[in-house]
Amino acid sequence: MEAVKSISHRSSKRNSLERRNTLRAYAFLLPNFIGFLIFTLIPVVCAMLLSFVEWDSANPMVFVGLKNYARILKDETFMISFWNTLYYTIGTVPLTMVCSLVIALVLNNKLKGIKFFRAAFFFPYIVSMVAVAVVWNMIFHPTMGPVNSFLMALGIENPPGWTASVEWAMPAIIFASVWRQMGYFMVMYLAGLQGIPRELYEAAVVDGANSWQKFKNITLPMLTPTSFFVSVMCVINGFKIFDMVAVMTEGGPGRATNVLVLHIYNQAFLQMKFGYAAAVSMVLLVLVLSITVIQFKGEQKWVNYM
Amino acid sequence: MNSTIISQKKENQTSFFIKEKSKQYALKAASYFVLILTSLAVLVPFLWMLSASIKLDNDVFEFPVRWIPENPRWENYKEIWEILPFSIFYKNTAILAVTITVLSLITSSLAAYAFSKIKFPGRNAIFICYIGTIAVPFQVYMIPQFIMMRKLNLTDTLLSLILLQSFSAFGVFLFRQFFISIPEELSESARMDGLSEFGIYLRIILPLAKPAIATLTIFQFVFVWNNFLEPLVYLTSTDKKTLQLGIRMFMTQYTADYALIMAATVVSLIPVVILFFSMQRFFIEGIATTGIKG
Repeated sequence: MEAVKSISHRSSKRNSLERRNTLRAYAFLLPNFIGFLIFTLIPVVCAMLLSFVEWDSANPMVFVGLKNYARILKDETFMISFWNTLYYTIGTVPLTMVCSLVIALVLNNKLKGIKFFRAAFFFPYIVSMVAVAVVWNMIFHPTMGPVNSFLMALGIENPPGWTASVEWAMPAIIFASVWRQMGYFMVMYLAGLQGIPRELYEAAVVDGANSWQKFKNITLPMLTPTSFFVSVMCVINGFKIFDMVAVMTEGGPGRATNVLVLHIYNQAFLQMKFGYAAAVSMVLLVLVLSITVIQFKGEQKWVNYM
Repeated sequence: MNSTIISQKKENQTSFFIKEKSKQYALKAASYFVLILTSLAVLVPFLWMLSASIKLDNDVFEFPVRWIPENPRWENYKEIWEILPFSIFYKNTAILAVTITVLSLITSSLAAYAFSKIKFPGRNAIFICYIGTIAVPFQVYMIPQFIMMRKLNLTDTLLSLILLQSFSAFGVFLFRQFFISIPEELSESARMDGLSEFGIYLRIILPLAKPAIATLTIFQFVFVWNNFLEPLVYLTSTDKKTLQLGIRMFMTQYTADYALIMAATVVSLIPVVILFFSMQRFFIEGIATTGIKG
């Protein structure tokens, strides 16, 4: 009887402790959760709902079902923006990965002054996209910019018009983007490289492997987790490109560099087609998520985890 | 017989080592060469920007580039404050960056404490909500956010951006990852000593979490300072605008005056550059370990 009493006493004590813990946890959580709920979680859910209505903010909302999505398929600017975004992503991802890996490999040679070089390569990343775009815009200036002055000095009579030409605007943006973000991913590669056990290389040297073989058979396979992470981040960033384009070309010339986020921005905040813009943003979400899922599916095929 | 073989072997070995050594030197020299060349190439746009910012507008595009102008025009740096309300842009940006950074440090470390140190029902479910939104591009929910802010009559106020960015899910994630690496025994023994839950957070966990605090401070400050899309959507009147919007305004209003644009850009970079060089270690380590924020 005594024992039963003490057990029930203990369990009620535990219950009250649990309740107190829960209250405490909620108290800790509350300041962040209220803001998170109102300004992030609810808008995420609302974005989905908004894509099914027609609304210009002046007139009342009308539920239109899938009409916005049907309109996307017929929207020429959307298709152009979609292909431009794809072009940008395909252009930046491999270039960024190769450049950042090469720099990381060189930096990993146990050199003096590595901190200086690391900071130098990283520097463009902390500079605002607006500043970067402004500078590159001037460097790529079709008639006066130093790039074309240099090309003309080399004897090239008709250098590309860069941001002023339909064919060269996107390559210029891709170039500036790779330049800006490679330092960031270089840091990740550097961390990956430093995680490779030295013994592997020593064993390979004993077996008579040359540098290329070491790179191909040890470094690259051991880096696949990093490469996987970098590629996922790069692709997601690629689909979200906005600032660089907005400042460098504003989507032009014509629609040559109009990308998806710019299209969303224009539709929502300039044309006031909130429902339609929400639908386009849902397409962006589905694109980003499905590409990430595909990348994770392919993960087992090429990524080695120790 | 035996000893000659050994000595021969030794000789081979030393010559092998010498070969390896000289090969290593060659590799090092080549690495330096590549590094110096590429880092110069990476920094050249900034050097060009610096030099253009102290030139006469007519000389900005002279070619071959004269890196140090004969008569540096330092007045450019004075003029930018007079032409545009540059000091207002600066003040707005600083208010946003400091407020949002402080608020997100406080709110996300508190929430992360609950997620990592207290057991309560629904903990995982709520945490998954946080993680889920990190994966959703901001552009997807910016439209409902904007509509909500307009309903609250908060568009074109700095408060709108503070409300939108101070409850960072990324910050919660970053702090939680750090807090779970702090041994449970520490908080357990503090609890035995009668320290309250808030006391443990304030006196034990936070002092240990300095690297996480530094990382989030830099990330958040730099993010807000450089942010472009949200200010572009929300801040429309000139006296509310931030530096990034100001520079773009500069570009559209004074397209001809390239030297001034460059001077304005240089000035806009200063706080972030100072922060970067003073806390570089945390910044780079923070990326290497979390690598979340794109």
